[in-house]
Parts: sequence; structure tokens; C-alpha cells
Amino acid sequence: MQCPKCHAPMHTYNRNGVQIEQCSGCRGIFLDYGELEALTRLESQWTQPAPPPPAAPQAYPAPAAPAWGAPQHGGHHGGHYGHHQRHKSFGHMLFSS
Amino acid sequence: MTATALLAELTTRAEVTAHARTPSCVCGTSTLADRPDATVVRHADTVAKAHAPSTPVAELTPRLATATRLPGILLPPLAPTPAALHDRLVTFWPYGSPVDPQDPDAAPWEEAATLLARLHRTPAAPGLPAMRGPAKAAHAVDRLRAAPPHPAAHPVLAAWATLPAWARAEAPMPDTRTLCHGDLHLGQLVRHPAPDGPWLLIDVDDLGTGVPAWDLARPAAWYACGLLPPDEWTRFLDAYRAAGGPAVPPDGDPWPALDVPARALTVQTAARFLTKALAADRPLDEAEQSLIDACARMGSVPPELTGTFAK
Repeated sequence: MQCPKCHAPMHTYNRNGVQIEQCSGCRGIFLDYGELEALTRLESQWTQPAPPPPAAPQAYPAPAAPAWGAPQHGGHHGGHYGHHQRHKSFGHMLFSS
Repeated sequence: MTATALLAELTTRAEVTAHARTPSCVCGTSTLADRPDATVVRHADTVAKAHAPSTPVAELTPRLATATRLPGILLPPLAPTPAALHDRLVTFWPYGSPVDPQDPDAAPWEEAATLLARLHRTPAAPGLPAMRGPAKAAHAVDRLRAAPPHPAAHPVLAAWATLPAWARAEAPMPDTRTLCHGDLHLGQLVRHPAPDGPWLLIDVDDLGTGVPAWDLARPAAWYACGLLPPDEWTRFLDAYRAAGGPAVPPDGDPWPALDVPARALTVQTAARFLTKALAADRPLDEAEQSLIDACARMGSVPPELTGTFAK
């Protein structure tokens, strides 16, 4: 995307799982919806002495996903992926154009 | 020619070709597909495919030649040029065993990704037409527009309208050199020789030059919509990168390259399944609804303009 201020190209960086765009010209930063809250949340975790471990910790962080992706990519309990009970139509989607 | 006559004649052609290959044929015929855009018949170890009506021979021939040239990536055809069966073009193939539709958990994600990476790294022969991915997406959207009105069609069509012209097949793709499959899904992989040979890609109808991220975009879209589990998506993406695939940067966030194609394939799949649900007068199920919901969310997040990255 282009910087809304100086129109130089913006580059995407991943910071602790939060995707931010930074302008290559004026170094301004663009945050998508919810990303400011995500950064604030990360900051508060950082400053808290010892956060309790999550109930179901994931072995690995969830892979990157687009901003228009399903909400479970916020990623706490792995969402409702039907791994062992795939929806009928998804079974069909896997094999069709 | 009627569909029934085509099926009968194609079955005969498959049998004759199979018997020429294997005189002691253990005969057995089955219809693998019989759709408006393709009829596919198997006789023992031989498969005959009647391609879509009005497929240009000048386009199918170089696509077929690519499969002949890359036998370790694409299933090689039995004959290097298409045959004519009345008004249809027919190609002949050795039989390969497909992914079991009842067991998609056994999907060969790593092998699929590695085959795509190798395909994308192979120079395309001169004269190969453009990959048909965007054209197929546009066709699915056209069919949705022609279907009876439904509230869910609005977010799908609105998401389509935000895509760049090339992704809607209204302008040339930004990459016109990279060799792409054009229609990757789990039905496009077979093991040859059946049942234990190496996995190969099949179906050259949409093969051509274009944006290689399109070939990764269907799994990417399934993952983004919450349908494909993260571990399966990670296996696919990591194997593609490990094989040196050029569609995404070797590390870091792949989404700047995947965003536009994954949006287009989400729209295409949503359009196709919504059209089918309307024709059958049935409600959308949860997986179909997740595609519509993703289309609705796209409206508030403009597409990434970095559809390609510096190589």
C-alpha cells in the first residue's frame, strides 16, 4: 500500500504477531482495525510481573493470517477448525474448482 | 452431440486406447466425471478426458506439451496432442490414484507444495497461454450474478469489486512469465503408477503463465476462513518455501503476496457454493457461511497492493 501522507510505498512488518505497515519514506506507521488494541495488550503483558499461564497453551504461535480472516486467528483456543469433523461442504471444497 | 452420446463414444475411445497399451486388459470401465465442462472416463489403466466445449486447440496443445515435458511434476499424457471427438477435444492419460475424498486428513500437503514450487521454478515454453485462474473466478461471479437474488450475494460481489483488475481477469496479470497450474485443489493430485507411485499434478486446462501465488491461494483462503487447520496450512507453506518456491518471500509474512489471490479464491468459492445452494434451494452450511463472512470482512480492509515482491 501507499502512505496516505507522503505516498511512498509502505512495507509490512510482523511485530509479536501484529502486522504493521511502515512507510519507507516518512517512517509513519499504519495500523489496521484492532491492531492498536493488540499492541496495547502486548505492552500490558510485558509490564505485568508474571501473567498466569493460559488454560490451553499452544505449542507454537498461530501462523500469520490476513486482517479479513476468521476471528479465531486472534488465536486462543485454536478456533473451531473442524479437523476431525470437517463440514460436509468443506470436504467438497477441498476437491473442487 | 448429446451428453449421453459423448459419454458412450468417449468410453469406447478409452477402451480402444487401453487395449492398444495392454492387450491382456482386465477390462473395467468407470465414469470419473461427467460435468458440462469435462467428461472423464477410465478403462483399466487408461483415462480419456473430453475437454470443455469450444476449448481452443491452439491453447490446449501447448498446455498438453508442458505436461509431456515435465513428467516428474505433471502426469504425462499418452499422446502429445489432443484428438478430436466430434466437437470436443479429447486427451488420453495413464490412470493415477487420487487423494481419498473420504480421508482428506491424509492429504499430501507437503508433496503438493513441493510440486508447485518445482512447477513455478520451471521456465514456461514460449507460446504458453495465460493461467486461467482469474478467468475462472470471473466466471463463478458471473454465474452468481445470473442466479436468483440472495442477501449473501451482496458481500461476495462487493468483495469482488475491490479486487484489482488483473485478479478479475480484466487486465493482464502482473507476472506473465511464471509457470502456474491455475486450479490447485486436492482433486488435482494423483499417484502414478497407481497406487504407490510418486504424487503428480493433473489437469492442464488452466495451466499457463501468471501470478504463482494463485496456486497457493486456495489453501490460503481455506486457512484464512478458518476451515483449514493452522498446522495443515503451515505444513503446506513451509514445504513450498523449503522447495524454493518463488510465489512468497522465503521467510517472514507471506500475506502481502497471498492477499489478492486468496481474496479472489474466497470470492470464487463463495460464489460457486452460493450459486449451488440457490439452485438446490437449500440453506448455507457453516463452512459456506464462513466464506460469505470473510467476503463481508474484506470490505473494511483494502487489498494489499504488493501482489508481487522483488525477486
